[in-house]
Amino acid sequence: MSETLLAIDGLCTHFSTREGVVRAVQDLSLRVGSGEVVGLVGESGSGKSMTAYSIMGLVDPPGRVIAGRISFEGRDLCALSAEEMRQLRGNRIAMVFQDPMMTLNPVMRIDAQMIEAIRAHDKISRGSARERARDALARVGIASPDERLRAYPHEFSGGMRQRVAIAIALLNRPSLIIADEPTTALDVTVQGQILFEMQKLSRETGAALIWITHDLSVIAGLADRICVMYAGRIVEEGTTADVLEAPRHPYTRGLFDSLPGNAPPRQRLRQLSGMTPSPLELPSGCAFRLRCKSADHACEQDPPMRQGGGPGQRARCFHPLLAVSTSDELQ
Amino acid sequence: MTSATPTAAPLLELKGVSKCFARHSDWVDRAARVLEGVLATETIHAVDGVDLMILEREVVGLVGESGCGKSTLGRIAAGLLSPSAGMRLWRGAQLVETSQGVARAQQLKMQMIFQDPHASLNPRQRVVDIVGEAPVVHKMVKRRNQVEYVALQLNRVGLDPALMRRFPHQFSGGQRARIGIARALAVKPEFLVCDESVAALDVSIRAQVLNLFMDLRSALNLTYLFISHDLGVVRHVSDRVVVMYLGRIVESGPTDEIFAAPNHPYTQALLKEIGSVEPKKRRYVPIRGEIPSPLSPPSGCHFHPRCVHAMPRCREAAPRLAEIAPGRWSACYLNQAA
Repeated sequence: MSETLLAIDGLCTHFSTREGVVRAVQDLSLRVGSGEVVGLVGESGSGKSMTAYSIMGLVDPPGRVIAGRISFEGRDLCALSAEEMRQLRGNRIAMVFQDPMMTLNPVMRIDAQMIEAIRAHDKISRGSARERARDALARVGIASPDERLRAYPHEFSGGMRQRVAIAIALLNRPSLIIADEPTTALDVTVQGQILFEMQKLSRETGAALIWITHDLSVIAGLADRICVMYAGRIVEEGTTADVLEAPRHPYTRGLFDSLPGNAPPRQRLRQLSGMTPSPLELPSGCAFRLRCKSADHACEQDPPMRQGGGPGQRARCFHPLLAVSTSDELQ
Repeated sequence: MTSATPTAAPLLELKGVSKCFARHSDWVDRAARVLEGVLATETIHAVDGVDLMILEREVVGLVGESGCGKSTLGRIAAGLLSPSAGMRLWRGAQLVETSQGVARAQQLKMQMIFQDPHASLNPRQRVVDIVGEAPVVHKMVKRRNQVEYVALQLNRVGLDPALMRRFPHQFSGGQRARIGIARALAVKPEFLVCDESVAALDVSIRAQVLNLFMDLRSALNLTYLFISHDLGVVRHVSDRVVVMYLGRIVESGPTDEIFAAPNHPYTQALLKEIGSVEPKKRRYVPIRGEIPSPLSPPSGCHFHPRCVHAMPRCREAAPRLAEIAPGRWSACYLNQAA
């Protein structure tokens, strides 16, 4: 792995609500190398978006980062003032949201928004800012960028809006882009286009990418490394090939089996039983144990992250799956 | 689970079905029209002359991008919308939209399961009424037996009958999807239209609901029209696939054959986007452009502006849907040239 760009250690983001404390992110550690593409996979409520918001310093009350260190380009983000954090956001770290209308102001023209975003971080003239905005639009595959700069967000289709949002994220040449399910709301053909652009851009600009998704198949062709989250914790991480070909954690295996492409057509899918537990009533020990076939008494204790499988592959499980048995099951 | 035999009788047939939506003009529009002297109203041909036959016990997958008219076609098939032109035949007999008694009895045989279980369940009704109201109204069940009947329905979709006094918001997304299914099944339908019924669900819950659909199909001899933009899901559940583009069917045929060798250039492009979990660095080869606005569809073959094989002829007239192999239909001039 190349030089570490982002290092998260023991991150805990909790929400104090009237019903109790929701541990949205619990003891999360993550490394992202510069230029690396990391896929953060999990179902709704697993804490993947909250991890992103914690990095960006966008956790709103009643939520709070209560412990942990987030070190980015050698600086501890948790120790920065609000103003210093603002300088960093949209400049060194950029974020692409699921709904592009969260990024775009509906009553401002695209050029005004883009120029504002550039000049907030860079002392350059309006003219050269405009030029940079134009180049960014061209780079994400928008035809006739000069005319499109003068358009309002509502004049774009969903896929085009997402491209504009990506162009805005790229404006200040960030070294880290966090993409939170940016293709979930889009059609398959448009999703293919966006994935293509992102793959190209991360290669060209050398920016690291954290891609958040619930769909393993989206990330399979894109990520170098995959982290699987369940109930606020990373339960498995490793290179994409290792995690997908020989998952160690039963939850990863279950996610994989739930995809229709991995079962013979018109046969029952091997489903995960039960539901994600409520974050207010997590079982003690391993949060997955009530849905897990191999769970036993040991699982009532917190399982540690343990090395196993491929290089750098780790799983939070007392009874990790063996690579041999999984490949047998696939037959 | 066996697929429908070729000798199965057609359950539902759509013949030359079209649906147009005209934009309601308000007084501003009318004034503008008078001032500019333009009199044409904006009409969207959401569905344009579609023939579709669904056999008994068959699962037909309907795929296409948003805006291609697949939901409108699904609603016409389920009888929620009446077509602007064309006929619907149920077991070979024409469905009459006007006659009350017969039409209602037939209508009960077709039910729809919607995408968003949050929007399609009345938030102020308890589950016992959501599921039990229709069978009571249609005199399938006596009111005093409603609770037992609902318990039976809930059991069948894997929900605890003890929860029937709750309101929809007290359930998770997957449970709400199951309530929607129980409601549709409560009136003993033979034909179900599932419009993106699993699109909003998490991967693991989606697998559970898909399994439920397949179990119910074999237990109750159901026929499905399964509408989805998710090709993986459609490939998994359907016997036959129908591909729509801007209101027209461009290809149809048995699922395995279409996925093995798609014929229409649009189907070919669409199938390239199917998600695979192969952990290889894949090079994404995007299909060009986006689906055009149905307000001003391109002339001739609607797909020609995005098609790599487009010929001058494609711009002039739309190719007809023609049988290219037994059971396989495709609307493309490339098949005629060869």
